[in-house]
Amino acid sequence: MLSVIGAGSIDELFADVPEHARLTAPIAGLPNHASEMTVERHMARLSADNMTAGSVPFFLGAGAYRHHIPATVDHMIQRGEFLTAYTPYQPEIAQGTLQVLFEFQTQVARLFGTDIANASLYDGSTACWEAIAMAARITRRNKAVVSGGLHPHYVETARTMAKFTGDVLDTNAPDLVADPDDAALIAKIDGETSCVVVQYPDVLGRIPDLAVIAAAAQAKGALLIAVVTEPVALGLLESPGSLGADIVVGEGQSIGVGLQFGGPYLGLFGCREKFVRQIPGRLCGETVDADGKRGFVLTLSTREQHIRREKATSNICTNSGLCALAFSVHMTLLGGAGLTNMAKLSHLRARQAAAQLAKVPGVTVVNRHYFNEFAVALPKDARQVVRDLADRHVLGGVSLGRLYPHVDALTGGLLIATTECTSEDDITALATALAEVLA
Amino acid sequence: MNELNPSGWRPAMGAASGAGQIETFTGNRALQLEEALLFEIGASDRSGVDFDDVPNFDLSALGPNARKVAPNLPGLSEPETVRHYTRLSRQNYAIDLGVFPLGSCTMKHNPRLDEKVARMPGFADVHPLQPVQTVQGALSAINELAVWLIKLTGMHGVAMTPKAGAHGELCGLLCIRAALEAKGDPREVILVPESAHGTNPATAAFAGYRVESIPATADGRVDVAALTARLGPDVAGVMITNPNTCGLFERDLKVIADAVHAVGGYVYCDGANFNAIVGRVRPGDLGVDAMHINLHKTFSTPHGGGGPGSGPVVLSEALSPFGPLPFTARQADGSMKLIEEEDAHLEHPQAFGRMCAFHGQMGMFTRALAYILSHGADGLRQVSGDAVLNANYVLRSLDDVLEAPFGAAGHCMHEALFSDDGFADGFSTLDLAKGLIDEGYHPMTVYFPLVVHGAMLVEPTETESKAGLDQFIGAMRSLGARAKAGDELLKSAPHLAPRRRLDETLAARKPKLVYKDA
Amino acid sequence: MTRYFTKDHEWIAVEGSEATVGITTYAQSQLGDITFVEVPALDATVSKGDSASVVDSVKAASDVYAPVSGTVTVVNGALEEQPELVNSDAEGEGWLWKMTLSDPAELSSLMDEAAYQAFVAGL
Repeated sequence: MLSVIGAGSIDELFADVPEHARLTAPIAGLPNHASEMTVERHMARLSADNMTAGSVPFFLGAGAYRHHIPATVDHMIQRGEFLTAYTPYQPEIAQGTLQVLFEFQTQVARLFGTDIANASLYDGSTACWEAIAMAARITRRNKAVVSGGLHPHYVETARTMAKFTGDVLDTNAPDLVADPDDAALIAKIDGETSCVVVQYPDVLGRIPDLAVIAAAAQAKGALLIAVVTEPVALGLLESPGSLGADIVVGEGQSIGVGLQFGGPYLGLFGCREKFVRQIPGRLCGETVDADGKRGFVLTLSTREQHIRREKATSNICTNSGLCALAFSVHMTLLGGAGLTNMAKLSHLRARQAAAQLAKVPGVTVVNRHYFNEFAVALPKDARQVVRDLADRHVLGGVSLGRLYPHVDALTGGLLIATTECTSEDDITALATALAEVLA
Repeated sequence: MNELNPSGWRPAMGAASGAGQIETFTGNRALQLEEALLFEIGASDRSGVDFDDVPNFDLSALGPNARKVAPNLPGLSEPETVRHYTRLSRQNYAIDLGVFPLGSCTMKHNPRLDEKVARMPGFADVHPLQPVQTVQGALSAINELAVWLIKLTGMHGVAMTPKAGAHGELCGLLCIRAALEAKGDPREVILVPESAHGTNPATAAFAGYRVESIPATADGRVDVAALTARLGPDVAGVMITNPNTCGLFERDLKVIADAVHAVGGYVYCDGANFNAIVGRVRPGDLGVDAMHINLHKTFSTPHGGGGPGSGPVVLSEALSPFGPLPFTARQADGSMKLIEEEDAHLEHPQAFGRMCAFHGQMGMFTRALAYILSHGADGLRQVSGDAVLNANYVLRSLDDVLEAPFGAAGHCMHEALFSDDGFADGFSTLDLAKGLIDEGYHPMTVYFPLVVHGAMLVEPTETESKAGLDQFIGAMRSLGARAKAGDELLKSAPHLAPRRRLDETLAARKPKLVYKDA
Repeated sequence: MTRYFTKDHEWIAVEGSEATVGITTYAQSQLGDITFVEVPALDATVSKGDSASVVDSVKAASDVYAPVSGTVTVVNGALEEQPELVNSDAEGEGWLWKMTLSDPAELSSLMDEAAYQAFVAGL
């Protein structure tokens, strides 16, 4: 090969690298190659040094949920033709990925009650920011009214981006009370407002009245962005689109993807059809081939960075393809009826948990309404309670102190989430351990 | 109008196939199986998942927004589901099937150990908000990868949370902006070479900068004189891809970096092509201040049909204080600490903010770490060497039949660039690419970079053996000859794939993005 | 009616103080199938050289610059449903917008048809 190239050695091929920077040997201080079993042993040791969700009673949510994933899902996403394919830029030999994306877009649109959906974004938090930016493009306004019920990481992500784009976010931490203050939110909407951002159910698990907020926003020429961090909820709750939301974004993790310590996850994005040329990210569309057969392609790509460069709707390049596939396979296995069953079991466990925890001395259940997650108020710092529960081998929820470290009024708040994976014994274990920790 | 379609990409359909093919009742062709849409074969009351019996219970806690009708989402049984997706998968090309020479995308073998590791329960079944005491191993894995990335690049720090390359670019530019604002000197311009990937200008514009384009020299590299002439107190920084999108090493990056630093700016390096130089050059030695690393390229996490990616950003000492939250730190006793909003004002007060919820792409970190540990410092150096060897072998085996615009300028790095110069009238890069499909290959990257008309960018990667390359080269030589001779059959290729050329114009003029019940 | 051309491949047909603007037949042939046209806002004030409209083809998006300064009075609504008119009749039914001229003297910097054809022949 070197003689065809006309070089004496591989090192010679790097002649363009200035000599002062050219490394002549492997970088010192780093180990050399290792066998498969050595690497596996090392990684297994790191893996063992964690308390896994499946090994203990587990009640964490706050934007990531542990639902049961049928074995079929992981088997399908490991097919090499899906796993080791690239973005489907050559549609003649990528109809598999493209049809999956078309089906995925349809599933998301139907779940959200929107006209259309895209082929996914990085995760819920980045999708939420993209929606705010899109609303600003559409309305040509730059003030976003953000509900206190929006996940604080989503708020922080948007706040970071807004700092650089010049958008204004009007937001506040939530109050630890039974219902979200929809009226106060509505009172903030004015003629400068590009959008109102409302999480549904909200970060405390409460369920805002989207229809009323949508009407109020639209009356002022603003868009309603609904944010869904637990899409399984939509098995039992009306879809945000049907309640009037203009853009619906969400985190798709809880269907098919798994916890994975926070990523990769799956940004869901749906909206009204009239906004189609303002959508960020990839879109898959139906068409025909030269013989008239139905087929699918990535389309409307002139919105995207690789063509539009500095005028693109977003700098996003990839979607979350394999996670979208996992979502789609899981949703296909569920069907509408299966999703409803999964949602009912998740909600049932939440009802049971709320009932049992309410009997623990010192614990007050906050929410009037909820799906599978609710807040409780404790008489002490919930951050310490969570650590103490972990010492008793119970992963007992997400403390509001972790999410809002600088809001003293929320220090005693604890979020409890359940799914169909939660057993009645788990609930009893949590109630028992919590009683001990608070005693 | 501005630049009229500089790449020259005008998709054309070609003719419909002639008669003479054997028709089947089903439309299937033996192992090539047609598959209906889920919405045509499924039903909302069909399910492939067993749940424990759901008792009737009081649903009043859902409140007034309780759903009245179940969502219209068709389901399939488990065997139907397995067949649906297995059949669809077989309409895809993939690295597992053969050479996938997509330039700039780096399609190399995805080791299966990495898949196994990512599924270990301590990584796959832990929640991002668990108490830190219960996720020491997961945090440690992130930190181990972080240390590798810092040492391989010769940089000072790394932001692990960006979720893909473009997200990493944004993170790097926000670090630059935060650093300049901290000095009270915000500045407004980012310089980007004209050969840059589209994400560079898109990202710079998003970060609030005005983008100015810097021309290339005749040998395909940044025009250093033009760049340094443009430097001044309004320039926040430059974004340079190295190796660049023409597959060439930017020899003068250090000179450029010194000049940029001299006027108070910063150097962003697009690390999309780091796989060509890993173990052979450390960007930190070239004066780089920030560089994202696409773990799905250099460290071979799977592309998954379009993501998820992962784009950690290594940072210089000057930019490290501004990196985003959260991040991990190893304490003196070896235990792991997580720096989040709670402690940020004490430990990392200049952080510019947060790129996303949670800790970044953990599932990609564990895969990349397993890849890195398997290869080690010596193996990674061999990876870049073999990738560059393979690319140069392709370049010199084809430059007599295809025009190589920078072929005379010396060796390429990890990818070989050709143009459509010399094709018969009416024959385009697209035709050659579609011809490759009939030969059983995925096409190379086409019409990128924009600076070369009808560009074809071939990146073989270190995965391919000489025998595999020789067959690919044979196919390319045959197709090059056909494009030059004006073989009409090529204009309607592919003829043998699951679909013929698709009507992209129809798709864009009348978008159909979701299935609608008839 | 007099028709002028720009080096950026726009045409402008002037009748009194009103003018019609579009892209040239040559430009549409380079772009390929036009899939979408973003016309300017009604009553928008444009300066010579401003990006006033965007023409999308499948793989390219091109800004259309205002050949002269003035105010947009009419936009071609037919393009919303039929962007292909720009392909089939770029210098006729595929017009983009009509405008009033604020400085007719700017026309003197543009080419006539013969000069434009010579310019294109030299590309």
